[in-house]
Amino acid sequence: MSDAAAAHADPHEHPPSHGGGAGAHHPAQQHHFDSLAQQHEAATLGMWLFLVTEVMFFGGLLMAYLLYRVWYPEAWSEGSLDLDIVLGGTNTAVLIASSLTMAFAVRSAQVGKHRATIVWLILTMAFGLTFLVIKFFEYKHKFELHHVPGYDFVYPGPHGRQVEIFFSLYFSLTGLHAVHMIIGVALLSVMTWMAYRRRFSPEWYTPIEMSGLYWHFVDIVWIFLFPLLYLVDRAQHFG
Amino acid sequence: MQTITAPRVTYLNLEHSVASWLLTKDHKRIGLMYLVVVAFAFFLGGLFATLIRFELVTPAGDLVTSDTYNKLFTMHGVAMVFFVLIPAVPAVLGNFVLPLMLGAKDVAFPKINLLSWYVFVCGFLFTLWAMVTGGVDTGWTFYTPYSSRASSTNVMMTGIGVFITGFSSILTGLNFMVTIHRMRAPGLTWFRLPLFVWSLYATSLVQVLATPVIAITVLALAIERGLGFGIFDPTLGGDPVLFQHLFWFYSHPAVYIMILPPMGAISEVLACFSRKNIFGYSFVAFSSLAIAVFGFLVWAHHLFVSGISVYSALIFSFLSYAVAIPSAVKVFNWTATLYKGAIWLKAPMIWALSFIALFLVGGLTGLVTAALGVDVHIHDTYFVVAHFHFIMVGGAIMGFFAGLHFWWPKMTGRMYSDIWARVAAIIVLAGFNLTFGPQFLLGYLGMPRRYHMYPEEFQVLNVLSSAGASILAVGYLLVAIYLIASLYRGKAAGDNPWHATGLEWTTQSPPIPHNFDVQPVVTEGAYEYSKREITVV
Repeated sequence: MSDAAAAHADPHEHPPSHGGGAGAHHPAQQHHFDSLAQQHEAATLGMWLFLVTEVMFFGGLLMAYLLYRVWYPEAWSEGSLDLDIVLGGTNTAVLIASSLTMAFAVRSAQVGKHRATIVWLILTMAFGLTFLVIKFFEYKHKFELHHVPGYDFVYPGPHGRQVEIFFSLYFSLTGLHAVHMIIGVALLSVMTWMAYRRRFSPEWYTPIEMSGLYWHFVDIVWIFLFPLLYLVDRAQHFG
Repeated sequence: MQTITAPRVTYLNLEHSVASWLLTKDHKRIGLMYLVVVAFAFFLGGLFATLIRFELVTPAGDLVTSDTYNKLFTMHGVAMVFFVLIPAVPAVLGNFVLPLMLGAKDVAFPKINLLSWYVFVCGFLFTLWAMVTGGVDTGWTFYTPYSSRASSTNVMMTGIGVFITGFSSILTGLNFMVTIHRMRAPGLTWFRLPLFVWSLYATSLVQVLATPVIAITVLALAIERGLGFGIFDPTLGGDPVLFQHLFWFYSHPAVYIMILPPMGAISEVLACFSRKNIFGYSFVAFSSLAIAVFGFLVWAHHLFVSGISVYSALIFSFLSYAVAIPSAVKVFNWTATLYKGAIWLKAPMIWALSFIALFLVGGLTGLVTAALGVDVHIHDTYFVVAHFHFIMVGGAIMGFFAGLHFWWPKMTGRMYSDIWARVAAIIVLAGFNLTFGPQFLLGYLGMPRRYHMYPEEFQVLNVLSSAGASILAVGYLLVAIYLIASLYRGKAAGDNPWHATGLEWTTQSPPIPHNFDVQPVVTEGAYEYSKREITVV
C-alpha cells in the first residue's frame, strides 16, 4: 500500500478531523458523528422510530383481537373470566414498580451516581424476572386446565370454539410480550455491566436512556394487554 | 484540500480481505454487498419466470405438473418481491448514495446497517432452503386457510424467511430516516435535498410503519400452522379474510416501497440529462410523501371479490383513484422537465424515459383495476398480472437500472459501454412490451392467472408473451455482461462523468473511505444546472 493509503488506513478508528471538530473527542463518540450531542439525538430518534415499529407489530394482533371481540362478545367474556386476575393484577403492579426503578436508574446515570445506577438496574431486572416467573405459573395452570389451543384445548359450552380463538390470542399476545421482557432483561444486564465498567457519565448516558425507553414501552404494552385480556366484562360479574 | 497521490485510496482498494468486506461498516461496501445478493435473487426469480413462460407456450400442461407450476409462480413471486424489488433501490443505491448526497461520512447507524445485510442474507438463506427442499405453492400471498391448513409444502420455512427479511427492511428504513434527519451537511436544508432523498424518506416511512404488520401476520400464520392455534381458522369462527386485510395492509404499501425510490432516481437522471432544474421541485417532493400516506389507505382494493362490504369497497375504490393524483403529478413534472431541456440521450436517460412510458401504462391500468365493476371481471386474470408487472418490472426494475447506470461510474470508478447500454435498454423495452402487452388482452378475454393449462384460443397471445420474455432475458443478460466487463475493461470514469449537480459527484470516483476530504457546505438547490458550464460531448 502506498503512503496515501497508510495515511487513510483504518478510517473508522482514527478519523481525520473535519470542519469544526472541537478538540479531543469523547471515547464514546463514533467517527461519523460531529459531536456527542448529534450522536445522542440520532440514537433517540432511532429508538422512538423503533418503538413505532413495535406498536405496529403488536397492532396486527390487536386488530385480530378487536375483530373477534366484536364478533364473539360472549366468548370473550367467558375466556376473560377464566384468566387469573390475582396473578395478572400482581404482575401489573410488578411491572409498574419496575418502570419506576428503571426511571431511577436512568436518572442516577445522568447525574453520575454509578453505584445507585447499578442497584436500580438490578432491582428492575429482579422485577422483570418476577413477572416472568409469575407468568410461567400462570401458563402452567392453563396447561392443567386444558386451555392451550392446538395442543390440548377442552372448553365445554356453546362458545367453546370461539373461546379457543380468545386463548390463541391470549397466548400469542402475552407470549410476544414475554419475549420482549426477556430481551429487556438481557439488555439491562448489558447496561449493568456497562455501569459497572463506569461507561456512563453526565456527558454520555445514551445507551441506558434508550434501554429505559424500551423497558417503559414493554411495560406500557402490558398496561394495554391487562385490561384487554383480563378485564373483559369483569365488572358485571363482580356486581 | 490535500493533493491526492496515485494510486488513489478508495473505499474499494483500502482493504482487500474477505473479512474487510464481511465486517465492514462502510455504507458503500454494504450497498455493493446488497447488489450481489439482489442480483442473485433476480437471476433466480428470472429462472422461475423462464420456466413459467416455457410451460405457457402450449395450451396443454406438458412441461411441468400443476403442482410444480404452483411452486414456480410462488417462488418467482417470493424471490422477486421480497429479495429483489423491495431491497433493490433503497438497499443498493440508497445505501451507496444517501450519505454521499447528504455530505455525511456514513449512515446514522453503520453497525445496524451491516446487521440489516446479515438479517437479509439470513432470511434469504431460509427461503432458499425452503425452495431447494421442496418449494412452496401457496402463491406469494400466502392466503389462509390454504397456507395454514391445506398446503403440505414448505410454508413455514418460507414464512420464517420472509419474517426475518422484513426486519432487514425495517432496520434500513429506520436507519435512513434518522440519517436524513440528523446527518445533513451544513446548509443542506430540506428543500435543497435531492429528490432521491425525499423519495427514500417516504419509502422509509412505509418500511417502518407497514413492515411490522406483515411480520406479525406471517408470525400469526406460523403460530397457527406450527402450534395449531386458531387465529384465521374458519372452523373455530376465525376469519381468513382478516389475513388478507393484514397481508395487504403491508403488501400494498410495499408496492410503494418498490416504486418510490426508482421514482426518486428518475428525478435525478431526468434533471441531469435535460440539463435543467426539475420542474416543480416541491410538488415532486411532496408527491412522494402523499403517495406514501395515501398508499396506506388503499389495501382493500385487493379484496373486492373477497366478500367485503359494498360501502368499504366504494371507499377503497375512491381512495385508489386518489393515489393516482400524486403519481400523475410526478409524471407531469418529469415531462415538463424535459420540455425545452438540452436532452442528452446517454444510457441512464434511455432507461429513465422507458421508465416513464411503462410506468404510465402500469399506472393507468391500475385505475382500470381499481374500478369496482371492471375489477369483478378482471380480478385474478392476466390483466392484473400485466398491470403489476408494468409497475414492478417496467417501473421499479427500469428505474433501478436507470439509477444503477447513473451511479455505476461513481460506485466502481469505471464507465460501461454506453452503446451496449443503450442497445440493452431498447431490447428490454421491446421485450418487455411484447411480454406483458399481450397479457392485458389475455386477461381481458378471461384467462385466469396461476393455471398451467389454458384453452387453445389463447395460444397466439401466450406464444407472443413467451417470445417477448426471451427477448427480455437477452436484454437483462446483456446488462450483466457489459456491467461486469466494465469492471475489468471499462475506462476510468472520472469524478463527474455526467457533469451532474449533487454532493456525490464532488468527491472522487470511487469515493474515499469516509466520503469527503473536507466537510461539504451546501449553498444552493439540488438541480442548479442552469449555473453550470455545459461541456457535453
